[in-house]
Amino acid sequence: MDALVVVSMGLLLAILATVGFGPAIADRIRGRGPRQRRRAVRRLPVYDPGRERRAETRARELMRSIVGPEEHAMYEDLGFVRVLRSGDGERAATYGYLLYPHRPIVAYDPDTGELLSEYCVRFSDRDEPGAGTRLPDADDVLAKWMVLHGDERGLIEEANMHLPGRQHHPDHLRRDLARLAEWEARRPIASGTAAPVSARLYKGGGGRGVSSWAEREHPVT
Amino acid sequence: MTPVKLLLLKPGHGDVLLAEGDPEVAEDEERLIEEFRRQLDQGMWAAVPRPGGGGRREATMVRAFSEVPADAERVIFFAPAAGG
Repeated sequence: MDALVVVSMGLLLAILATVGFGPAIADRIRGRGPRQRRRAVRRLPVYDPGRERRAETRARELMRSIVGPEEHAMYEDLGFVRVLRSGDGERAATYGYLLYPHRPIVAYDPDTGELLSEYCVRFSDRDEPGAGTRLPDADDVLAKWMVLHGDERGLIEEANMHLPGRQHHPDHLRRDLARLAEWEARRPIASGTAAPVSARLYKGGGGRGVSSWAEREHPVT
Repeated sequence: MTPVKLLLLKPGHGDVLLAEGDPEVAEDEERLIEEFRRQLDQGMWAAVPRPGGGGRREATMVRAFSEVPADAERVIFFAPAAGG
């Protein structure tokens, strides 16, 4: 009788232990235990407050070597890059684009300054946890610049299009166009690439594109 | 052909050198093509920055190593654009 009680108690304890500790033991066997989780967390790169600054410095250097001194200086001074694109064909319209880091691309009419649309695109890479998914600001602008030059239509088709005002305040955009005009007016003219891009694109177009419009609206004193 | 660098725009890092070599050297070309394909297989886009007319700069999107212009110095890879 005593032996039966002892065996029953043993079985009961075994069942309770299985219910109580079984999941933890199974997790540890599968490599998902608390120790393994702590180890996995330790593998993440240590937060480095200077990393983003160094990445941005590096990205600006790459941008300078690709977009050229004019547009690089534009980014450094104004915080955005303006790109003018002529469509295919003789009668195709020309559009101006303002490229901001991690914000929608803004299309506008360089002749009138009319804001046309916002194109929301992002370049997300989830390859390395801990490094984030955002490119350095200058790399984000550079990626937009390259795709806009290499496949304007593809980029526009890929983007989510909205009317101006969705993420950019129209007043801020008009102010940026005025700042751009002022910046171009003040910028020293270099030999070889003398005229601003707007002037080069608008031969016989009645002025200097956005600059002429913006100068009319916001004269530089 | 001039030596070519394959660069990747990487979040948190800036550009990272993936491979470098002279496409006229068979061994280099093989390595460049392999890395190029690896990036495209991962869904990356590839752009080749080039000088344009009148001092302006241009860029061309490429989908195969054979499309890389002979005078290209760099191919820049980055994550594909998606509607934000």
